[in-house]
Amino acid sequence: MLIGIAFWVLAVIAVATGLAVFVVNSMARATYALAVSFIAVGGQILLLQQNYLGLITILMMVMEMAVMAVYMVMFMGMNPALMPMDMTHGKKTAIGASVGAFVVLAGGALLVPWPDRRGGPPDDLTHALGLEIMDGKMLVMAVVGAVMVATIVAGVVLAAGRTRYDRFGDDLRQRGSNGASLGGAQK
Amino acid sequence: MTLEAVLVVASALFAVGLYGALSQQVVVMVMMGLELMINGILLAAGGFWWFLAPDPSGQVLLLVILAAMTVEMAMGFAVATLLHRRRQTDMTDMAQELSR
Repeated sequence: MLIGIAFWVLAVIAVATGLAVFVVNSMARATYALAVSFIAVGGQILLLQQNYLGLITILMMVMEMAVMAVYMVMFMGMNPALMPMDMTHGKKTAIGASVGAFVVLAGGALLVPWPDRRGGPPDDLTHALGLEIMDGKMLVMAVVGAVMVATIVAGVVLAAGRTRYDRFGDDLRQRGSNGASLGGAQK
Repeated sequence: MTLEAVLVVASALFAVGLYGALSQQVVVMVMMGLELMINGILLAAGGFWWFLAPDPSGQVLLLVILAAMTVEMAMGFAVATLLHRRRQTDMTDMAQELSR
């Protein structure tokens, strides 16, 4: 009973703050709203007895929103808390697609005859998950690890203004190419 | 708390995220929409796991979803940084032609 009430309270908070992300008129408030939405979903995952994943979701998303705040200060050239804004396009199409998606997904969720539960959770789920990652599902985590490294490399390559290959001139200090002649090193 | 309830909430989160991803012009806001969509998927996967087959191996799928979320955010920030550096903008409308 208590878990049910907590679930619905968190559900309302998660969806309401999720909506608020696109309704509030400043990006800082949107970021905070998204963080609250993520924390609420993390709480719901905790209610589903998945302590490790729920906690990871909350910690990761709070840090991610902090990065987002830093990003806004770095690049957006404004005080994000004070700048009202409405930067949207194709609102009617987006609302139509969104309502359509909700009707289809929620309709499916309510109409499909879901099978009964098979088996029960292990006593110490975090321990069991750790064993699973280090045993039967190690390949999955090895692939995820490689993807993470690729993400770091790709992120740095995309975000860096000047890479090791953009060095020109005899002392490699010239920043841009001046044309194809002399290998682009002509001043 | 039932599977249907969890899935309906997850659907609502996904739909709200879809609205944001389609309607917003600022790259960061589009990313927020995508994050909400993945958040809905994460909740649905958690619900499926708990109510249908609470076996530890199913949890690995949730970890993969979390990893996808991280990759999306990291690459989104990198692309947004590149966009800002090249075009001095943070709007998707200014990046319709990526070749230029």
